[in-house]
Amino acid sequence: MTVTTPMVHAEGVRKHFGRLDVLKGIDLTVERGQVCCLLGPSGSGKSTFLRCINHLEKVDAGRLTVDGDLVGYRQQGSKLHELREREVARRRRDIGMVFQRFNLFPHMTALQNVMDAPVKVAGADSAQARLDAERLLDRVGLADRAGHYPAQLSGGQQQRVAIARALAMKPKLMLFDEPTSALDPELVGDVLQVMRQLAADGMTMVVVTHEIAFAREVADTAVFMDEGVVVESGPPRQVLADPEQERTRTFLSKVL
Amino acid sequence: MAASTAPVPAGTDAVRSDEAPPQDLLVVPVRHWGRWIAAVAAVTALTGLIGSLANNANLHWDIVGHYLFAGLIFDGLVTTLWLTAAAMVLALGLGTLIAVMRRSTNPVLYSLATAFVWVFRGTPLLVQIIFWGYAGALYKYVMIGVPFTHITFLQADTNSLLTPAVAALLALGLNEAAYASEIIRAGIQSVDEGQTEAAYSLGMRPALTMRRIVLPQAMRVIVPPMGNESINMLKMTALVSVISAHDLMSNIQDVYAQNYQVIPLLVVASIWYLILVTLLSFPQSWLERRYGRGTAQSGRTSPLRRLLTGSASRLRVLGSGPNHQKG
Repeated sequence: MTVTTPMVHAEGVRKHFGRLDVLKGIDLTVERGQVCCLLGPSGSGKSTFLRCINHLEKVDAGRLTVDGDLVGYRQQGSKLHELREREVARRRRDIGMVFQRFNLFPHMTALQNVMDAPVKVAGADSAQARLDAERLLDRVGLADRAGHYPAQLSGGQQQRVAIARALAMKPKLMLFDEPTSALDPELVGDVLQVMRQLAADGMTMVVVTHEIAFAREVADTAVFMDEGVVVESGPPRQVLADPEQERTRTFLSKVL
Repeated sequence: MAASTAPVPAGTDAVRSDEAPPQDLLVVPVRHWGRWIAAVAAVTALTGLIGSLANNANLHWDIVGHYLFAGLIFDGLVTTLWLTAAAMVLALGLGTLIAVMRRSTNPVLYSLATAFVWVFRGTPLLVQIIFWGYAGALYKYVMIGVPFTHITFLQADTNSLLTPAVAALLALGLNEAAYASEIIRAGIQSVDEGQTEAAYSLGMRPALTMRRIVLPQAMRVIVPPMGNESINMLKMTALVSVISAHDLMSNIQDVYAQNYQVIPLLVVASIWYLILVTLLSFPQSWLERRYGRGTAQSGRTSPLRRLLTGSASRLRVLGSGPNHQKG
């Protein structure tokens, strides 16, 4: 076993909204360069767990670290100090996130969407950021759409711009929250192709998805969640083809 | 007519000869007699009204003409204009601050903002104007220092500080800020939460997110009602004549207090207010287009261009151009 810190490490992570327990003690490890796919029925807590990783949701109990750093807190002896706004934002820079509903900034062109954070947050040189943004748009196959506003792009194109936007901050970890669920079936392929390429380039990824075929092909680890707990996890060959748990089998028989 | 264009099987001459040849028919539109009667009645009434005004000796069009471009009236116009502009700027700045405070999780900031809106929206503007005008009767001096101590940094006589113009600006600006804050708050709420989350996930801090992502999008919702408010403000400046702030209405009143020509001078005031309000509606439509970028309506051309180029170009703009390709 190597001594490098895992990219994401969760121990007994709990989260509740009011009286509703959404996460009931999640244990999960994602190593560097690995792709982890979170599968499960809606309401199983997989999206909530993903949002905890970049502190869009606060963890109520348990221990969650990204690249060895505790999410949202700094530990000093036996005390946990809540991080300031500035420090939370600083850590989020290293974690890219892609949303189900794209969430592109509608008042900016595709190019402006991609280069805004590098310039305004990371303080990059504007000309250099523009070159980088153009290269990223080219990488997701949208070099000719740089000047288009999101409303002028199809869902699949918007999602690829959103991926380019997240990559522009040069993250060490990418989170995908059902990236293809809001797309027309014919547009899903383009987005998955970009993600496949990203995985091949060695990016560490945590992907919440319903695309079982994608998980089987790309994931190093498949995690099946239900009702706020990890039901079973392991290599996709095993979890998706020959699951040990009855609950996993029932779910897979319904979606396949 | 449809039968004559329907495909006919080849070689069936008998069928073809049965049909009547196509011919041009005259289309008779529905006659709207009621519309004609209503239009004639309305035009007659309007002509009568205009005639009675034109021939009414009490209106004194000669006096209207004499005062329309008088120096005193012009001075009042300038005051009205800068008062409107300054009050709106104050209202926008303070209104944005209050809107953000009302969304704050800090209970003290939230309560302060709520109390501000409660007081300034809950009392009549006329009362507020007179209050500011007579503030000297409440506080003889204005001091800036540490409360409940004798440490004072600045001290001034209230009456010399709060001239009628300053009192008018404060009254109008603070009152409008209460209304503006509600409009801005509604605008901020109209922006999808996902926008904030996307900005946060890129490492933006809340202040930058608000300034760079949320407010520009909120503007689309904020501009139309704020345009309305600006027009309202222009006319509400007339109220500050009660503390003689030397705006258009104050000066008009000064003139008719001397020559008793109340009606002609009110006509002068009305003409100028109408002109100013008309001019104010132009920047509004420009702003609406400016902040509509990236929305479905952004393809809209300006009303002036549409008038010049005709409606055909508008259809082409809204239709599928190279910008609407799907991939």
